[in-house]
Amino acid sequence: MAQSNNSIKKILIVAFALCIVCSVIVSTAAVALRPLQQLNQELDRKTNILSVANLYEPGTDVEAAFSSEVTPRVVDMRTGEYTDRFDPATFDHFQAARDPATGRTLSGERDIAGLSRVENFSTIYLVGDPNDPQQIILPVRGQGLWGLMRGYMSVEGDGNTIIGITYYEHSETPGLGAEVNNPRWQAQWEGKEIFSDEDSVMPAIRVARGAGEGEHEVDGLSGATLTSKGVTNMVQFWLSPEGFGEYLARFRADISPEEVQDVETDLEPEFEPETEGA
Amino acid sequence: MADLTPKGVLVSPIFQNNPIALQILGICSALAVTTSMSVSLVMALAVIFVTAFANLFVSLIRSHIPSSIRIIVQMTIIASLVIVVDQVLKAYAYEMSKQLSVFVGLIITNCIVMGRAEGFAMSNTPGMSFLDGIGNGIGYGLILMIVGFFRELLGSGSVFGFTILAPIQDGGWYVPNGLMLLPPSAFFIIGLTIWVLRSFNPEQVENSEFEMKENTKPKEAV
Repeated sequence: MAQSNNSIKKILIVAFALCIVCSVIVSTAAVALRPLQQLNQELDRKTNILSVANLYEPGTDVEAAFSSEVTPRVVDMRTGEYTDRFDPATFDHFQAARDPATGRTLSGERDIAGLSRVENFSTIYLVGDPNDPQQIILPVRGQGLWGLMRGYMSVEGDGNTIIGITYYEHSETPGLGAEVNNPRWQAQWEGKEIFSDEDSVMPAIRVARGAGEGEHEVDGLSGATLTSKGVTNMVQFWLSPEGFGEYLARFRADISPEEVQDVETDLEPEFEPETEGA
Repeated sequence: MADLTPKGVLVSPIFQNNPIALQILGICSALAVTTSMSVSLVMALAVIFVTAFANLFVSLIRSHIPSSIRIIVQMTIIASLVIVVDQVLKAYAYEMSKQLSVFVGLIITNCIVMGRAEGFAMSNTPGMSFLDGIGNGIGYGLILMIVGFFRELLGSGSVFGFTILAPIQDGGWYVPNGLMLLPPSAFFIIGLTIWVLRSFNPEQVENSEFEMKENTKPKEAV
């Protein structure tokens, strides 16, 4: 190697040129392949929705099964009613959580799942007749040990009995916390009940420390206490009135949630003189 | 490496100078990804691609690489290639990339890639380096496939996902050996493979660095 190769000028030129070339190659690959990757993620998400509803078997045509079996609806979580403000097919509830118009900030004790911001509207998936669904699939998320865990929970049409839970994204320790995706552990959720009695609004379902007892407890994951705690906090948050509690209350009381239209008129009463006609 | 014929460069790393069995490089990923054959195959292809092109590009610019920053230049090239592989896998083999997870990214730290770039490509022509990369990649992949074959067959009773030994939980007769799905089993199989290879090529056996002494007899110890 020539001596001139080690001059500072040459070092800088080589380093700079290499960085430019490599970054162009890497970013081209990333940008060119992104649409395909997003398609894959979307497919993976739909596969998860189908599998939490026990509708998925290897070899199922996910797109076809999804469009024929599952009806997405957007729910206003504060009232528990459906809303037509957003298109369920394109509505992104993660985006909604960040937007001040559709999300709110949580803090302190109310933020048990460690989310800091949460959406007021969310997409849920109904299996069966949309007016009298067999299954309601709710998106849930919350902090585990290492990061955010995102998944789906499927609840029977009575708004109280759990059918299943699954995670499509998490970063828990393989072999310990990552056992949340072990089918044997997930199978325990089936048939568990969320609320301890008809009037309670706070969910009783939890992951126990050690073996779970009764109809509101699931076995803890051994060696993954913090992940188990994260799962408890997550399901308790999303099933409480902060999350889907209001919505599930409709099913528990056997009243179908209604489609609330024309949300914008909510603002108008301010301009009406209240004394008129008195 | 005395014979620098294209064929020699391509073939010798497969048996004579195997990166895992003789150079004992890249063991860590060989433990992690060999629980099933299809995963091993994808990993092997990814490593062949990265080793070959890292060698090619390093060799192409070898006369311009300042020796003071040569390692980081090689790393940058390798890292870029690995990111490209990772992106392609995510786009075209999403399930596979989920199973391989971090191990695709960890090809960057696979000693074989770095070792060949520094040890061969820095002092040889691009064509030869490219072949050397492919050869070493195949050598690595071969061991991966051997290990993957035994681990999947004995651990899950299948090969490439097709059931060969019907496992007992599906009503068959074979009791899967759970140890085979854990990393230590890869050590056993790699060790046995090295034994077999060295039995056929006795010249691979290193000279002992020291002689083992006979055990001390209890009488003498007193």
